[in-house]
Amino acid sequence: MRWLRETLAVTVVNLRSLPQRMGSSAVAVVGFAGVVAVFVAVLSISAGFQRVMAGGGSEDLAIVLRAGSDAEMSSFFSLEQTRIIEGAPGILRSASGPVASSELFVIVDVPKRSTGTGANVPLRGVGPAALEVRPEVEIVEGRRFREGFQEVVVGRAAANQFAGLDLGSRLRWGEATWEVVGIFTAEGSLWESEIWTDARVLQPAYRRGSTFQSVYARLASPEAFGTFRDALTADPRLEVDVQRESDYLRAQSELLRTLVRVLGNLIAVVMAVGATFGALNTMYSAVAAREREISTLRALGFQGGPVVVSVLTESLFLALIGGLVGSGLAYAVANGYQTATINWQSFSQVAFSLAVTPGLLAGGVAYALVMGFLGGIFPALRAARMPVALGLRRA
Amino acid sequence: MAEAVVQVRDVHKVYERGAERVDVLQGLDLDVEEGEFLALMGPSGSGKTTLLNLLGGLDKPTSGRVVVAGQDLSRASRRDLARWRARHVGFVFQFYNLLPVLTADRNVELPLLLTGLSRAKRKKHVATALELVGLTDRADHYPRELSGGQEQRVGIARALANDPTLLLCDEPTGDLDRETAGGILDLLAALNERFTKTVIMVTHDPLAAERARRVLHLDKGALVEAASA
Amino acid sequence: MRFFHLLWRNLFRRKVRTLFTFLSIVVAFFLFGILMAIRHGFDYGVQIAGESRLLTIHKISIIQLLPIRYQSQIGSTPGVANVTHATWFGGVYQDPKNFFAQLAVEPEKYLEIYPDYVLSPEAEARWLATRTGAVAGRKLAQRFAWQVGDRIPIQPTFWRPTEGRDTYEFELVGIYEGSTPDVDETSFFFRQDYLMERVGDIGQVGWYVVEMEDPSRADEVAQAIDAQFANSPAETKTTTERAFLRDFAEQVGNTGAILMTIVGIVFFVILLIAGNTMAQSVRERTSELGVLKTVGFTDRAVLGLVLAEAVLLAVAGGVVGLVLAVVVIPGLEPLLVAFLPVFYAPPAALAAGLGLAVLLGLASGGLPAWFARRLQITEALRRR
Repeated sequence: MRWLRETLAVTVVNLRSLPQRMGSSAVAVVGFAGVVAVFVAVLSISAGFQRVMAGGGSEDLAIVLRAGSDAEMSSFFSLEQTRIIEGAPGILRSASGPVASSELFVIVDVPKRSTGTGANVPLRGVGPAALEVRPEVEIVEGRRFREGFQEVVVGRAAANQFAGLDLGSRLRWGEATWEVVGIFTAEGSLWESEIWTDARVLQPAYRRGSTFQSVYARLASPEAFGTFRDALTADPRLEVDVQRESDYLRAQSELLRTLVRVLGNLIAVVMAVGATFGALNTMYSAVAAREREISTLRALGFQGGPVVVSVLTESLFLALIGGLVGSGLAYAVANGYQTATINWQSFSQVAFSLAVTPGLLAGGVAYALVMGFLGGIFPALRAARMPVALGLRRA
Repeated sequence: MAEAVVQVRDVHKVYERGAERVDVLQGLDLDVEEGEFLALMGPSGSGKTTLLNLLGGLDKPTSGRVVVAGQDLSRASRRDLARWRARHVGFVFQFYNLLPVLTADRNVELPLLLTGLSRAKRKKHVATALELVGLTDRADHYPRELSGGQEQRVGIARALANDPTLLLCDEPTGDLDRETAGGILDLLAALNERFTKTVIMVTHDPLAAERARRVLHLDKGALVEAASA
Repeated sequence: MRFFHLLWRNLFRRKVRTLFTFLSIVVAFFLFGILMAIRHGFDYGVQIAGESRLLTIHKISIIQLLPIRYQSQIGSTPGVANVTHATWFGGVYQDPKNFFAQLAVEPEKYLEIYPDYVLSPEAEARWLATRTGAVAGRKLAQRFAWQVGDRIPIQPTFWRPTEGRDTYEFELVGIYEGSTPDVDETSFFFRQDYLMERVGDIGQVGWYVVEMEDPSRADEVAQAIDAQFANSPAETKTTTERAFLRDFAEQVGNTGAILMTIVGIVFFVILLIAGNTMAQSVRERTSELGVLKTVGFTDRAVLGLVLAEAVLLAVAGGVVGLVLAVVVIPGLEPLLVAFLPVFYAPPAALAAGLGLAVLLGLASGGLPAWFARRLQITEALRRR
């Protein structure tokens, strides 16, 4: 009890004198805030990208590619093969047949709105059941493309990021002209970065004959995946890789996530070291400024422990403020910021919004507290070890 | 008779502290001849230090003229005053005012850095000054490693280093015990006698004033000549 | 220089404080060096790519192939000095994670048009004599510890052989180096005729690289090339290689702005830390500054002393930080080689860093120095 009371008393004395050391304390707070803001903002790139890639990844959607193809672009199926795949057991069936879509995946050159420079935007030819396969997709403006017509629907994110994809626009690719008849959303998932049309219209336009590149199949249940995969891999007429969409997208986004994580952590760690030195400075000068007070308290009979705790508390208090300010700043500036980057595995653009998640915010504050602890512990120990007489004589 | 090295004519100094007006010096006149050892005495607040600051070109009079070593200090710019101080005045302070980050010899060298002297010449000057004050063996000590009397000797050596026209001392013994103070006063008296240095010393210690050859009392901003000791 | 001792001693008035400030400056400039290397890595191509080269790609997108017969048509276009082609292979070496660029090219012409890739004459001779021969960049060979003579199996993705084994087995006949540090040394080149042999002569290639006679006529030549193929099933889009790579860098996103924002925040924080140190240090020695002025230091000299002290600290920290970055960067390279073919801090960025250090010193010392300059001697000496 006595210990606690003493600690409280010393801490209150310290925090009261904080305004007198405004300049130096503000420097520490800004230092913490700057590091945390950068840390949170950089990792929000990764989190936002992750959200897009994982948002569309459901457990009961399977994607079938030719064996050895790590992406749709390099996959290939004949019409015959897609019929076999669509007929496999484990697929959900509706009144109009299996809920599966055989698709084509190409990219088209469309200028980015922000820079006017060309970007690889995915153009997907889909089957009639595409929307049943992906229930999250919803036409929010205009209408669906009609089968057999050169009409496209555009994902909301793609329409925002790239120029000339607005409702009613006409697009000329090669010898054909396409009309944008609808805009769709897909709960923020990857599909929103794409342009969709009827696969059977895309085939002749890209001289693909009657071939496809992938089959998306809605499973009867997540557990049906095993049945479906085994049926296909056992079939001698096929050479395929079957993956759950969630696994597929995780693999697809791995390169970029790794890059951002490596760079983000590198930057964050190095910055944290710098900010910790700044904090050490602040706390050492805070202790120096209160040598007299601390010594007086010690002379009055206060123990060393409470002195340590009080100095640490101050440092952690500054770190907490810095962490909150930095996280808040990152949230205000970065969260929801729309951008696009190239996904190397699919060689096409993925539009996404930076996501400052609660986890990142908490991580930012925790990070600041670690810096605050490291910046406070040594000055605190020094204050506690200070000989009583020395502190009284100085000042 | 040669012209007085210090000529103060009808000098007024007014400080404004908020709404309050304080007339520190009121029409003060003073002549000091070359080679004099003058003590300025007076109660605190009488304007002793203010006068010393005016003589040293650290401050300017509100009105009147201060001419020292041929330079009209009341008209000079801050920059010219700085240059002039470097050449003509040596200051000795009550609290020594040595730079704690420099050793004794580096402290003494400080005013010499402002001259064109080479490093070797500066070293020679420093050695001479330290020898004069009897601290050759303490040259590489930091101020915190010296006693109060030793610190003041270093302070005097620094004041002497560039062979100034005038030595201005502000309570040079104010922070020292009687015995040490005596040593410092002996030193100042010797500098005055052997090298005919003009010394002006502010003090409120009658023992210190006794050593001067002329004593002036400052009272309410005006000078009162006292009988020479 | 005569004041150096004074500066130096003042800097160490509070050793711990100066040390921590110094270290945080070191860290800031270390980070600056790394970030500049990353930035350079992201847009290296833009800086190096020859203005004298044009790229002709399929108008719809670079993944669409172009007919091989275009080569002679492009070659006979006025203003064209030389033309070759390249085809993206996109195969997998052992694991998809081991990604690197593989291109099928015409060895002789390709090396002619890209003098940036330096290959010994013996290696080139071996390549011309070996149908399955391939050359790898120095960093790529290092990454997988390849030696000349090694057999390198690569699993195709797009280019499945029509007959025989599914895998392509290449023989490494040489390792090329870049003519400057900015040249990509992470690519893998093999012979296009070998590719055609495996997949059947499909008569198509990925894109064309055109060398112009006169780079100042780039627009004209590009238009002339595209005009020949207008309204054909495979229309083309021709741009300078530089413009192409710049657009490609834009596809990745605005990395430059992101990195510069980080640099800005880092320096803002460091400016406050260093400025605070200088302010504390000057405040502590108010009376000493008064003494200096009494002794005859002019106001300007005192201002100079404080500024010089701040600059000395910042430049010392800056130099150490930049040197540290230069030393550490090669160690980070293996970590990033898959993303950034070029990773080093360019000399221009290091010079800019040095300039930044001086600016940091001036900015952090500015206010304290101004305070020191304005200081009245009588005021300064009264405060004790």
